[in-house]
Amino acid sequence: MKSFEELMAIKEKMKDKVALRNAGDDIRVVVGMATCGIAAGARPVLNAFVEAVAEAGLSDKVTVTQTGCIGICQYEPVVEIYEKDKEKVTYVKMTADKAREVVEKHIKGGAVIADYTIGAGTL
Amino acid sequence: MNEFSLYVLDITMNSVRAGATEIEVKLEEKDDMLYFSVTDNGCGMKAEQVKNLKDPFFTTRKTRAVGLGIPFLTMLSEQTGGTVEITSRHEEEYPEEHGTVISASFNKEHIDFIPLGDMTGTVVTLIQGSPEIDFTYKHIMSKGTVSLSCRELKDMLGDEVSLASFEILEWIKEYLEESYESIK
Repeated sequence: MKSFEELMAIKEKMKDKVALRNAGDDIRVVVGMATCGIAAGARPVLNAFVEAVAEAGLSDKVTVTQTGCIGICQYEPVVEIYEKDKEKVTYVKMTADKAREVVEKHIKGGAVIADYTIGAGTL
Repeated sequence: MNEFSLYVLDITMNSVRAGATEIEVKLEEKDDMLYFSVTDNGCGMKAEQVKNLKDPFFTTRKTRAVGLGIPFLTMLSEQTGGTVEITSRHEEEYPEEHGTVISASFNKEHIDFIPLGDMTGTVVTLIQGSPEIDFTYKHIMSKGTVSLSCRELKDMLGDEVSLASFEILEWIKEYLEESYESIK
């Protein structure tokens, strides 16, 4: 059973890390979590981003946040990626698998996956 | 939406957007019935707005002209023979004690009810999105209760560690999963 002692151990371990952490906001991943997003499957997409960012060791650089309805409900789950000095990238009809791919190729590798963006002709 | 936990997530997001600092999410299973409620101390709504809530073409949002959260919940509840009740106190009329309570009942055994789904995923998603909010989660079943209090976690963790950090979210997820497993 998960214990509160374990939670305190995590806290102690994280304290040191927190000190090193700058207000890391180089890249912001924003997932639409209104009724439209939730109904279309945004919850597993969000959780996949949170997990993949942490597993890639990018938690200091990347923040994953939620927002309301973006206004393009037919393309949900919608994910927007904001990066300093770069144009916003809007990924549409996302899945958990696509989310992991975006972390690997786009966020880690720097290459936008055009096929998944709103501009792609396949939609 | 094909699992109940998504309705819970969607309805609770209304409280998040209402600027609540404390939100209680409660599920209680009793015989054939499931009672669900969300209680918040957000900005509340005026009588006029509460009256229009079940109308899908009524919304205060600007990004689209339909609001489906409460109509969806009402439809699911009513088609199983349950009811939905909403009471609210707007902050202008009740500056001291404002907020909203939404409660809904469902007959779990009704053919039109849907699986509960991943309640842990819903709770973790809520905390990830709004670690500053004090969520209380309680799921009462005949064999036992699964509960979590963000206030208690924060009192233990102190100010330096956010509930939204990955390590803490993982702990919460496993804690809830194990709690559910233990009373199966």
